[in-house]
Amino acid sequence: MVFLSQLISGISLGGIYSLIALGYTMVYGIAKMLNFAHGDVIMIGAFVIYTSVVSAGLNPVLGVLIAMVFCTVLGVLIERLAYKPLRQATSLAVLITAIGVSYFLQNVALLIFGSDTKQFSSVVSLEPVSLAGGELVISGETIITIAVSVVIMVALYLFVNKTKPGKAMLAVSEDKGAAQLMGINVNGTIALTFAIGSALAAVAGALLCSSYPALSPYTGAMPGIKAFVAAVFGGIGSIPGAMIGGILLGIIENLSKAYISSQLSDAIVFAVLIFVLLIRPTGIMGKKINEKV
Amino acid sequence: MAIKTHSKLEKKNTNTVKPFKGKDLITYLIVVVFFTVFQVLASTGTLKNSLKALLVPICVQVILAVSLNLVVGFLGELSLGHAGFMCVGAFTGTFFSVLMEDVITVVWVRFACAFVIGAIAAAISGILIGIPVLRLKGDYLAIVTLAFGEIIKTIVNALYIGKDSNGFHMSLDSSKLGMGTDGQIILNGPQGISGTPKNSTFLIGFILVMLVLIIVNNLMDSRTGRAIMSIRDNRIAAESVGIDITKYKLMVFTISAAMAGIAGVLYSHNLSKLTATTANFGYTMSITILVYVVLGGMGNVRGSVIAATILYALPELLRGIGDLSSYRMLIYSILLILMMIFNNGTYFVSLREEIAYKFKNKKTKTAGEAA
Amino acid sequence: MALLEVKNLGITFGGLHAVDNFNLTLEKGALYGLIGPNGAGKTTVFNLLTGVYAPTTGTFYLDGKELKGKKPAEINKAGIARTFQNIRLFKNLSVLDNVKVGLHNQMKYSTIEGIFRLPGFFKTEKKMNERAMDLLKVFDLDDSADTLASNLPYGKQRKLEIARAIATNPKLLLLDEPAAGMNPNETKELMETIHFIRDHFDLTVLVIEHDMSLVSGICEEITVLNFGKELAKGNTADVLKNPEVVKAYLGE
Repeated sequence: MVFLSQLISGISLGGIYSLIALGYTMVYGIAKMLNFAHGDVIMIGAFVIYTSVVSAGLNPVLGVLIAMVFCTVLGVLIERLAYKPLRQATSLAVLITAIGVSYFLQNVALLIFGSDTKQFSSVVSLEPVSLAGGELVISGETIITIAVSVVIMVALYLFVNKTKPGKAMLAVSEDKGAAQLMGINVNGTIALTFAIGSALAAVAGALLCSSYPALSPYTGAMPGIKAFVAAVFGGIGSIPGAMIGGILLGIIENLSKAYISSQLSDAIVFAVLIFVLLIRPTGIMGKKINEKV
Repeated sequence: MAIKTHSKLEKKNTNTVKPFKGKDLITYLIVVVFFTVFQVLASTGTLKNSLKALLVPICVQVILAVSLNLVVGFLGELSLGHAGFMCVGAFTGTFFSVLMEDVITVVWVRFACAFVIGAIAAAISGILIGIPVLRLKGDYLAIVTLAFGEIIKTIVNALYIGKDSNGFHMSLDSSKLGMGTDGQIILNGPQGISGTPKNSTFLIGFILVMLVLIIVNNLMDSRTGRAIMSIRDNRIAAESVGIDITKYKLMVFTISAAMAGIAGVLYSHNLSKLTATTANFGYTMSITILVYVVLGGMGNVRGSVIAATILYALPELLRGIGDLSSYRMLIYSILLILMMIFNNGTYFVSLREEIAYKFKNKKTKTAGEAA
Repeated sequence: MALLEVKNLGITFGGLHAVDNFNLTLEKGALYGLIGPNGAGKTTVFNLLTGVYAPTTGTFYLDGKELKGKKPAEINKAGIARTFQNIRLFKNLSVLDNVKVGLHNQMKYSTIEGIFRLPGFFKTEKKMNERAMDLLKVFDLDDSADTLASNLPYGKQRKLEIARAIATNPKLLLLDEPAAGMNPNETKELMETIHFIRDHFDLTVLVIEHDMSLVSGICEEITVLNFGKELAKGNTADVLKNPEVVKAYLGE
């Protein structure tokens, strides 16, 4: 029972990682860049919810919606101002810019909210569910997180594979030049990708801070890095890969915390990643790329 | 005609092998002048204490930047785990110093040994991480190096090592260390190592910077360096002319890690208490070093030196400007973004090319008129 | 004994026989041509002979030594050098340094000698410079020794690739479309150069080329590949008259 309960909370944590990893992977697939600032968008989203729910007393669901809109606008703005001028630059130049954006977001939050950790109040009002005669208690946050993650992943999968803008995203990620020649609005598609990724980040922020209710300007950094690991784990650029990678990462992290060592859990997560990449150098679902000679 | 003679005059006699390139000598000169000026200012008491405290850390940052440039700029592989090697060097070197403080009483001998031990330990970890490097490329390699750095930091934070009359005791749990009453905990988990002898000085930092610069410059201007750069420029072509890719990639990772280890020892002996945090040995630090390398110019050693010095000192200097001090990191991040866009943005790159083209045309014209 | 002996060499990529049952015997000093329509598998043959790909079937020998399954660097050390269809220079190195990378295994000194500027460094570097400049003179590139390789005009880049390959002191030189993008005058000059290097450096040359004037001008014998298989082989003039070959080229 303890194992089952750990497994379930691992899946729940993994669901959050998946939502963040989706943002990483979609942006990587389309713009071929590692958006290091993605983790900080989560943090901004959580602060928007904190402000609207805790300070302004709005309904939590409304707070999450406001945060989603805010983060969408923020994501598109970041892309337009910082990344778009660098469309033709090396991936390293874009990476450094993304790091700059990450510092920028952290410091803006630091100036507005200060460096002390805020107590985040959960946006979930669901009562815990008790199973097997009270031996297995699942918190409302866990249930909502898993449910929301599943719904979003299915919706995203359908969107990308069944709708026109979704297919345009696939086309742009395959070949930017060819997509442009086919009449696809490449800039618009990239902006759309950032918009979706950032909206997902806001949701992830809400779920993350509901389960782990401490909020500071640095809250987004470590989950961001881990979600990035999850995206690579699954094969960066692959949407199902990000989902699987995120969930696996959450499970591995939670189980190693419970059964091996809570201090070493991060080291174990990263060691598993290295191990997986040694066996499959492009991740679980990644495509093998051969260089033409 | 005038142009032709000009190019003939400019042609170098390729058959004199010089020990140093001219541009390397300029770098050394800049470092020597910088050292002399600040050493004099510090010893005459003209320098504010807050600035004086920056001198050794600047040497640390410069060594880190130059050694990372070896991997990123010259070998062409992205590494986000450089701080991990620094961490290994810092902890092994400091462990040695604390352990030997009463055994080896000649300070410089003990300190020199600490540097050697830190460098060797970091080099070994460099070989360990170098092995996956041979299988991975680009962003996948970047994430593995990042993961490696985080693993090192996490392990150091979870480890307890002590010594008593029975020898060493090591555990992941402080209560299970099982030491005798005469025992002394050296590495105390998240509390790290305390009581490090503060042996680092600006002079030692300067000597190490010069050493690292000379090694890197000479290495790159040699048979080995050409092989390394050929791998960066075109791996397949390098293999086709018989370059052993595995050997040189491992070599670069090992040398670079050893240098980061030296930086770690210099860093830790400038503090009395050594702990591993995200800010000093985590990915944040690795990224900061990468920023120096990219802004200084990939494969540009002098650029790394200057970028590391200015970017490290900048937030500290901004601290001095009254009202701005709370905005200093914000200003830093905006400057970083603007510099990247200015240096690499499509618009600015084509603008520069246009200006360079016009300038060149003008020059040719005047040269033609002169003839 | 033949210099190069290729027996039943073949490779499949996911069911596609890119090269199938390729046989070739080259005597020392031969100037041999490999032609065929686009996608016939000519470059794949080069990739097999230089270790970029490991063959699925067959094997090959250089000077009686089996080289199948060896890595590209080992094959180069054994005596096979090549150029590439899509030029692969060390773009950020000077023209001289490109050739000096080619000399890497010919003139050696240790990394330590290099870092600490020991006598071995100065002695060997001087010898390397001399040898590299001699090679550049052959290709009329000595005036551009200090230029960055990426700043060379296209024709000179092709020449530099050949110079770099020869610097590795090969027995067999594989040239992949050396005349691509050259005008008739440059091609003519290139033909003279290929003859000259074959004699001067004691080479055996295998060349892939689409320019028939170059093929019939320098190759004594040729093999025609089509869909990975050998279509015809033998004396150049005879093979080019072969109706099967004409059909493959003109597509009938």
